[in-house]
Amino acid sequence: MNLYAVRSIYLFEMARTWRTLLQSIVSPVISTSLYFVVFGSAIGSRIDAIDGVDYGAFIVPGLIMLSLLTQSISNAAFGIYFPRFTGTIFEILSAPVSYLEIVLSYVGAAATKSILLGLIILATASLFVPLTIVHPVWMLLFLVLTAVTFSLFGFIIGIWADSFEKLQFVPMLVVTPLTFLGGSFYAIDMLPPFWRTVSLFNPVVYLVSGFRWSFFGTADVAIGVSLAMTLVFLGICLAVVAWIFRTGYRLKN
Amino acid sequence: MHPIISVSNLSKTYASGFQALKNVDLEIRAGEIFALLGPNGAGKTTLISIICGIVRASEGRVLADGYDIVKDYRAARSKIGLVPQELTTDAFETVWATVSFSRGLFGKPPNPPLVERVLKDLSLWEKKDNKIITLSGGMKRRVLIAKALAHEPQILFLDEPTAGVDVELRQDMWRLVRELRDTGVTIILTTHYIEEAEEMADRIGVINKGEIVLVEEKAELMRKLGRKRLILHLQNPLASVPQSLADHRLELSAHGSELIYTYDTQGERTGITALLADLDRAGIRFKDLETEQSSLEEIFVSLVRERS
Repeated sequence: MNLYAVRSIYLFEMARTWRTLLQSIVSPVISTSLYFVVFGSAIGSRIDAIDGVDYGAFIVPGLIMLSLLTQSISNAAFGIYFPRFTGTIFEILSAPVSYLEIVLSYVGAAATKSILLGLIILATASLFVPLTIVHPVWMLLFLVLTAVTFSLFGFIIGIWADSFEKLQFVPMLVVTPLTFLGGSFYAIDMLPPFWRTVSLFNPVVYLVSGFRWSFFGTADVAIGVSLAMTLVFLGICLAVVAWIFRTGYRLKN
Repeated sequence: MHPIISVSNLSKTYASGFQALKNVDLEIRAGEIFALLGPNGAGKTTLISIICGIVRASEGRVLADGYDIVKDYRAARSKIGLVPQELTTDAFETVWATVSFSRGLFGKPPNPPLVERVLKDLSLWEKKDNKIITLSGGMKRRVLIAKALAHEPQILFLDEPTAGVDVELRQDMWRLVRELRDTGVTIILTTHYIEEAEEMADRIGVINKGEIVLVEEKAELMRKLGRKRLILHLQNPLASVPQSLADHRLELSAHGSELIYTYDTQGERTGITALLADLDRAGIRFKDLETEQSSLEEIFVSLVRERS
């Protein structure tokens, strides 16, 4: 294991986070706060409690997930796309590092950043609504698992993308809609039966549901199913990354 | 001598179908400065990129210091430093951070005194806290060299290192290359400035259309392929070359006041004696004579033309 290399890439990526503090931490926190003001306080005050949970608190797990997913993807995607775009990737490719070490350091840094962000949003949320977390260990597990899985997904996008447009495409046009339709702001029981069935094909439903369960002890789908679906998606991402490195897809001619 | 890099039967065909390398065999000796010459698109960068692990070979194998670059990539790559042709640098990092990063990336523990020495050697010390984006092109080139040297490589690849570089940096660079060679580092460079290869290299390889056309000691190459020109300064200018001298294929220049005779130093007979005798017979007198050795550039151009 080339630990010096893992450390170097990880610190390099984290340095980028601190350098772009406004964009990477402050802006998601502000936009999440706006959600609380609009959905939690303004609209939420007219909505009944869901499963005994006050609406303002109900949306907290979904909002954290929304940021966690989009930020994990865009951090990791940008982290690997930018060296490809500028050409500095040559140095990584010519260094004595294994593919595992490359993934570990890039994905590790992206996941660290989004976990920090998730915790900051959680702290921000607690300023707006009283929060209790029923299963804090599970909450952290889901947080870490989701951050890692979607950072891996972002890494894949960063390698697949050959333009900045494509880099933005998946987070903006796929993940954001899926998250909004994934029960971030409602329990899927509130949907008509047809759309409830459609929702079950949305992977984000399982993430939000499991995460919400760790907060309130209630969920749309069984916690075991949520965990299993998250792990399945993690497995798929790992398999794709393994394939990328085996074939050198978009990295090596 | 034990080869530090051994390339055997190396071929590369890109996905587009373009065959960049065709069965290349090449051995680089430990501690030498090897210059790889070739026109644009000859395969120089592809060859370097394969050895450094950036491009995959379609066929063949490469050993670096005895380690297979695919199977033992860790051992092989940790010995190699690469200065790429393009100015591909980070933008927002400081010089110090990017050079230290390279050292870590190649598996070496932090060593600030060494990084300091590398930066000082490259006149980058004053710029160590500057962001790379604020540096000039020449300074960025120095940063790339510093990055390649940060992990103390035994083999250094310089891909067109002096393209677009000012005289001062070029001289600094060649001084550094010589110093590195003196400490035992093997240096492989590609360049368009043939006079530099001529001045710097111990051996020269010529590559054209994906094939190694020749590899030769520089001195030997100059001797072998060197044509010489004998220039005769005439006492009385001539309007044309007399018919009696037609066999010697002379050129007339400087408004008829110089006769130029080109001959091959390796030829069985240079023909000089016969020429002088014929000149005497034709009554042509000269006040001075000189000879000129053809430069590596002329050798190179004639080689590449010959093969294409």
